[in-house]
This record gives sequence, structure tokens and C-alpha cells, in this order.
Amino acid sequence: MYVAVKGGERAIDNAHAWLAEERRGDLDVAELSVAQIREQLRLAVNRVMGEGSLYDPDLAALAIKQARGDMIEAIFLIRAYRTTLPRFGHSEPVDTGAMACDRRVSATFKDAPGGQILGPTFDYTHRLLDFKLAAEGDVPEAAVGTPRAEPTPHITEFLNQEGLIQAEPESEATPGDLTREPLELPSNRPLRLQALTRGDEGFVLSMAYSTQRGYARNHAFVGELRIGKVAVEMDIPELGFAIEVGEIELTECETVNQFQGSKTEPPQFTRGYGLVFGQSERKAISMALVDRALRWKELGEDDMSAPAQDEEFVLYHSDNIQATGFLEHIKLPHYVDFQSELELIRKLRREAEAAAQPGDAKSRDDASATSPEAAE
Amino acid sequence: MLDLSAKSPENAAEMSEYNFAYLDEQTKRMIRRAILKGLAIPGYQVPFASREMPMPYGWGTGGVQVSAATLTPEDTLKVIDQGADDTTNAVSIRKFFEKTAGVATTEETSDASLIQTRHRIPETELSEDQILVYQVPIPEPLRFLEPSEVETRKMHSLEEYGLMHVKLYEDIAKHGAIATAYAYPVKVEGRYVMDPSPIPKFDNPKMEMAAIQLFGAGREQRIYALPPYTKVVSLDFDDYPFEASKADHACDMCGAEESYLDEVIMDDAGNRMFVCSDTDYCAGRRAAGHVGAQAVADREIGQ
Repeated sequence: MYVAVKGGERAIDNAHAWLAEERRGDLDVAELSVAQIREQLRLAVNRVMGEGSLYDPDLAALAIKQARGDMIEAIFLIRAYRTTLPRFGHSEPVDTGAMACDRRVSATFKDAPGGQILGPTFDYTHRLLDFKLAAEGDVPEAAVGTPRAEPTPHITEFLNQEGLIQAEPESEATPGDLTREPLELPSNRPLRLQALTRGDEGFVLSMAYSTQRGYARNHAFVGELRIGKVAVEMDIPELGFAIEVGEIELTECETVNQFQGSKTEPPQFTRGYGLVFGQSERKAISMALVDRALRWKELGEDDMSAPAQDEEFVLYHSDNIQATGFLEHIKLPHYVDFQSELELIRKLRREAEAAAQPGDAKSRDDASATSPEAAE
Repeated sequence: MLDLSAKSPENAAEMSEYNFAYLDEQTKRMIRRAILKGLAIPGYQVPFASREMPMPYGWGTGGVQVSAATLTPEDTLKVIDQGADDTTNAVSIRKFFEKTAGVATTEETSDASLIQTRHRIPETELSEDQILVYQVPIPEPLRFLEPSEVETRKMHSLEEYGLMHVKLYEDIAKHGAIATAYAYPVKVEGRYVMDPSPIPKFDNPKMEMAAIQLFGAGREQRIYALPPYTKVVSLDFDDYPFEASKADHACDMCGAEESYLDEVIMDDAGNRMFVCSDTDYCAGRRAAGHVGAQAVADREIGQ
């Protein structure tokens, strides 16, 4: 006998309890602390902060723990938390020129004021599994240098002095906020940059890669990649001036791209720009390439119909929380819709079969009959 | 020692640190404005600044935001998915509002002042003091004909719906019938072509109703609405009129012949039975003494 499916509530509670158990894993193995994740999985923490649009290493580490290491799930937890936070105001634009750089490299100049600083990078490591890490042990102390006292100038500024690189128009306007206003198209560069910086790392990487492989190719040099801490200042109306409210780590990438010139502009270099929370350089470089590709209209370049040039395509598909939600929702019940499809398919098949019956008989007749045309 | 307790609203009993119905008042105001605009221009998709909700996009975040902005403490809420109150996601959304809004909930259609639904319109006729909130995945009826939002918005503003008619015509030329079984497009008050959300086309005629109908698409950031008694016409041709179809059976549980049915596979031999998708409607009929074929068979076995 048929019994209507009941017990959804109990099933949900039991599933959650099982999930909690699976999250903890074998009880004989020590539990991970949030601080361990924050300190030892910092690049994961950075990605969650960047795509979650919330600079809080503790919460990002907690989210990673709760999500069992599923990065998109962790980002989702942070996003859902972020929307509940009151909005006190906004900071002054951060001055990345005043960044205390841990890493700063340029691919366009062998040396420049401020120097090349490799910093903590995987770049020249040999990707050999380090079995020593499987055992616990202390790491040898790294050498310590003297921090640079004066600000490190942006490399693209040196090109700017010669007028070789397009100057970015200055504006006092407050940029729109993607998280407070619906995205409407055509959009503008600040909104595109916001979408890219919180966009999925994999998506933005692949879009950038596609431009390198010829879909709207625009060869990019990494003019500068810098990682370090900047001060966040906020204007306090009661005080009448801005005070420092904290410090955040950022990765900034400026690419220098060829530009052949157009009807209105002489040949010169142009920029792509990437800025991401924490040490996230793959993302920052990808972002800069996609930013540059999306600027084709403003620079009077040709529409190559490349995915990375299509603002609507990029902006509507870069958000992994939207993407994963819609993708995964197809596992929810759809039996009402499926039922209507079942009936439609049955109906169409009945009609097709009914139509085919006399038609088949006719074609058999045709085949057996000898007609003059058949001889040709 | 790491102290995250200050950041955790859930530390407080039953999320009481969240505002009534979860969303803050500013957000609710923004959503209410979009709803009012939607009611003023029936069928028009109003962009709104959809928030990230604590459930994923695709799980009804648009409907949840519209419900959150519409609920008052005096409301009685009903949540259905596929017509049923006990589907897991309906349970989950109902629990969410029990927790964050503390409103009364019900499974009875006529007792509810606000009904959030996914994929169905209840069989019981709704009244003027009720609101029906739909969860919408893709609000744009032209989306699968034209992927660009810029283009489809232009088409709506120019009332350029030729593409849709061509699609329906091609269906007929190819299949002899319009091959859309759910999310069947409608025209609202002779102006906007609107996606009714993925309800079966069986439900389309019910959309001309006494209750307010609100549609929320969270991921796509759109809200649209139908005021009471709005004219809603399913697109068709004079010689191929719209037909609200359902399985050609009666409910095996309650015997209803006019309700939308789910087909349930009963055994390995593939035997089927048909039951009302609207669980409240079916239960109500059975309580009133109606019986279907299965119930009759069970009774005979029992004797």
C-alpha cells in the first residue's frame, strides 16, 4: 500500500547529526583548531576571505572547518554571515603605494626602485613531496632583512612619466556596491572589478587563460605584483578626519598590455588591474587579465566575440555561490515538472506513432511499386 | 585563546539576535519597494538587491526574501514544495521562519495567510486575504530563446514577443502540439509576457485569482507580481488553444478527478499509482470521506 512520504523533518535532523560526526572524523585523531587552520592553511583562508568578501581570518578558518574543507561551502558560510552585518560606512580608498610589501616582483623591469622581493612564494620550489612534513618537526628560521622605510612606488608609474601608459581617469565618485544594488547591464569598471575579485578563482583563471590562448588575445606583462599589508582608514564624521581602523593583507597586480591605438588614442600601453584579499596571486593576475579583456569597448578594440570580452557572460557566471546553488538545486524534488513532461512525451509519442502508421504503409507500397522515376 | 563568541548570533538562543524574519529592516524596505513596484506594473521583472541567504541559491532564496519582507507576526505561514508540506525543503523553509519569525504555521491552505510555494498552486481556491509567494529559478520567459539579459529586457520594453510566438509555432509544426509542459509562458494584462515559475501548465488557469501573487528570484535578483484578479492568459493560437493537462486518472487515495496528480512507481514490476500532488487537498478530501481506488482495495483486503 502507498504511504505518502513523511518524516522529512526527522530525516533532516538525522542527516545533520551524521554530517557533524563525519566532519569530526576519527575521534582517535586530534581535532583541528580554528587557529591551526588560520595559521597553517592560510592560502585557503585567503581564498575564503576574498570570495566571501569579508576580511576576517578567524571566521574564514572557522568556515573551512565547518565546511570540511569544501572551499565553496566555506565561502558560502562567510557570505551568508556577511549579509547580516550592519553597514557602518565605508573606508577611504586604501593606498597600495604605501603597502609594506612582503613580496613585490615585476616582469617588465630587471630592477626598479624598491627592488624585487620574492617573499614567501612557491615559484621556485621543486614540486617534490616533502616527506619530512609528514613527521612533525620545527622549521628552520628564515633569514630576516631590514624592512624598507620609504614607500615602494608602483612600477607602472615609471611608464606613466613618459606618457607610455594610459592614465586612469580620476574620479571622486563613490563606486556602486554589487552587494547592495542589483547588477544592471551595461555595468562599469568598478562593478566589474568587484565581481571579479569575489568571483570564483577557477572561473576567473580559466577566463584569463582563454585570453592568453587567443580568445581576445592581448598579451599581458605583469608590470607589478605586490603583496603586503595596507592600513584601512575610515573617516569618522564626529572627528572630522580619517583614522586607521585596521590593517589588511592584499595582493595587487597591474598588467601592462600592448595597445595598437585606435581612431581616438595613440599607441600606448594599457593596464589590467587585480586586487584581492590576502596572498592570492593566481587570482590577482587572472583578474587583471580578465579586467583588461573586458575593457575592449572603452578602448575601441574589436569585438572578437570571445567569452572573456562578454561582460554579461563573465559577470553572470563568475560567482560560485550563485553557480553552485543553481547547479545543485536540480537534485531537489522536481517530480511535478517531471510528471508534466512525462505526460507530454507520452502524448507526443502517441501522436507520432499514429502519424507514422499510415505513412509506413505508404512507403512500403512505394518501395514495392516500380515507377519510372525509380529507374533514374 | 580564540574567542569567536562575539561574532556568533547563533550563540544566542534561537537566533534571537537576528531581526524578525531574519532580514534587517532596511533590506525588507528595499524588497517591499520592489514588490510594490511589481504590483504596480503586473508581470514586469523588478531588479532588486537580493541578499545571500543562509540557504543556497536554487533552494528558494527569492521566495524566502519576499516572504521575509511580507510576513508580520500575526501571519500564519504554509510552505509547500511540489504541492506537499512535508517535502524536505518545504520543511526546512518552514523551520527557518518558525525559528527567525516565530510565526504560526499550518498545513491547511485555507488557514494560511501567506503561502510560499515551489512548483505548484494549491488546489483549494485562495481568497483575498491571502498571499501566494512563488520561488522562481529563471524569471525571464525569453531566456531560453535569448540568453542575453540586455537583449531580453529590450524585448520586453519594446513588447517584442515575436520570438516566443515563433517558438510555439515551431513546436506545433514539429510535434503537432506546444511542447511546453511546465513554466508555460503567460501574458499579463495584455502587456508583459511572464514566466509563471515552473508550475505545471495545469495550474496556469488558476493564476487569475483573488489572492496577491508575488514571485521572487533570488539568484537572478528579480521580483514580479500579480495583483488580485489580474488577467493572465496562457500563450496559444486560435487553432491550437491552450490546454491545462494532467494525468488521465483519478487520485487513488481520495478519488479526486480534478486535481494534479503525481505518478508513483509502486513495485519492481513498474506498477503505478496516481495521488494528488497537493497533500493538504488530498488529506482534506479523505477526512471528508472520499475514497480512491487504492483506498477501496486496501479496505477490501482489510475485511
